[in-house]
Amino acid sequence: MTTTALPTAAALALGDDALVLSHRLGEWAGHAPVLEEEVALANIALDLLGQARVLLSTVGDEDELAYLREERAFRNLQLVEQPNGDFAHTIARQLYFSTYQHLLYARLAGGDGPFAGLAAKAVKEVAYHRDHAEQWTLRLGDGTELSHERMRRACDALWRFTGEMFRPVEGLDVDSEALERDWLESIGEVLRRATLSVPEGPRSGAWTAGAGREGLHTEPFGRMLAEMQHLHRSHPGASW
Amino acid sequence: MVTVTPLEAELLEVAGSVPDPELPVLTLLELGVVRAVHVRGADAVEVELTPTYTGCPALEAMSVDIERVLHEHGVREVTVRTVLAPAWSTDDITAEGRRKLREFGIAPPRTGARAGAGPGAGSSGPVALSLGPTRTYADPLDASAEPVHCPHCGSAETELLSRFSSTACKALRRCLTCREPFDHFKEL
Repeated sequence: MTTTALPTAAALALGDDALVLSHRLGEWAGHAPVLEEEVALANIALDLLGQARVLLSTVGDEDELAYLREERAFRNLQLVEQPNGDFAHTIARQLYFSTYQHLLYARLAGGDGPFAGLAAKAVKEVAYHRDHAEQWTLRLGDGTELSHERMRRACDALWRFTGEMFRPVEGLDVDSEALERDWLESIGEVLRRATLSVPEGPRSGAWTAGAGREGLHTEPFGRMLAEMQHLHRSHPGASW
Repeated sequence: MVTVTPLEAELLEVAGSVPDPELPVLTLLELGVVRAVHVRGADAVEVELTPTYTGCPALEAMSVDIERVLHEHGVREVTVRTVLAPAWSTDDITAEGRRKLREFGIAPPRTGARAGAGPGAGSSGPVALSLGPTRTYADPLDASAEPVHCPHCGSAETELLSRFSSTACKALRRCLTCREPFDHFKEL
């Protein structure tokens, strides 16, 4: 790893996003609707885990950070900790997040900041994640009556978690407003082509009780962490 | 640019001769992941290794193998350093590496990935958006891309079954001529 010190807050934010979403996607193992999707989701999870390891290692010991931090110390977006729900929910979450991550990493890769090296590498991987989510959004939205309805429900349900992505993060040198404009434009275009409408309603609000970037998380996150950390906490220092 | 000494060139060949843990037909040099070998003092070398994908789980096995072959070559102290930048691209796979992939039954990545061909290559451009299986003789994702040829019969008429296959770096395709499924090393 290059020794350039990354800004801690930003590295934790991006690293925790990748780690938490990776774990959520990993929960599909053994449950995905078809074998190809099982493999695709696991591969996307693996890419995200790789990004998380690079980012968290710049902050401290990756295992301690992943397995021994309490809920309030995590800085991930509330969006990525949302439960998998049905397949449409997983795809909507992935569409919202991958589009954000792709646009963000493309900007970071184009600059000369401390994240440029990782971003230049990760942006190429994330392009495939984004493409995967867009293809499924089209297929489900413009599919059967049932798939359309489920995709609509999923996009609506997660909409309220999308505002947080564009709050400025300390140490992350990007124009949040321009990023948000590009994101809205892209998501609007995908949803339109998928015969879905852009959800109405606020994209953040008092109900969020703050935000994931500040360590405030939604109720399902605690249970996810309990499962993710259980083995490491029960058998500290175990190896095989 | 630092000059490469004859010893460093020799050690690069040795380190690069290690077979890839997941695609053992390829050496690490053919895969393009061993960037450089620097001699640091009397009996110590540093090897620069770059991952194909950030989360590539084979990286640790590669490091161990590199250390082993260099020890066997008489180097006492070996440090393998992971470097991310410049990002690895499938364009770094050598011509010989591509030939071996094809022989092994894996369609090699098309060239020009770094310049922006293929859905995964353009880092800032929009992601192509269309529906349906992507057949290479009429690829709606990217009309300018050359087709992915079947590694078994050579046909250009192949279709995408899944964007992700046995590893993150491969996609699963099927030949429309001989009907065989095959892995395609995705452009990155």
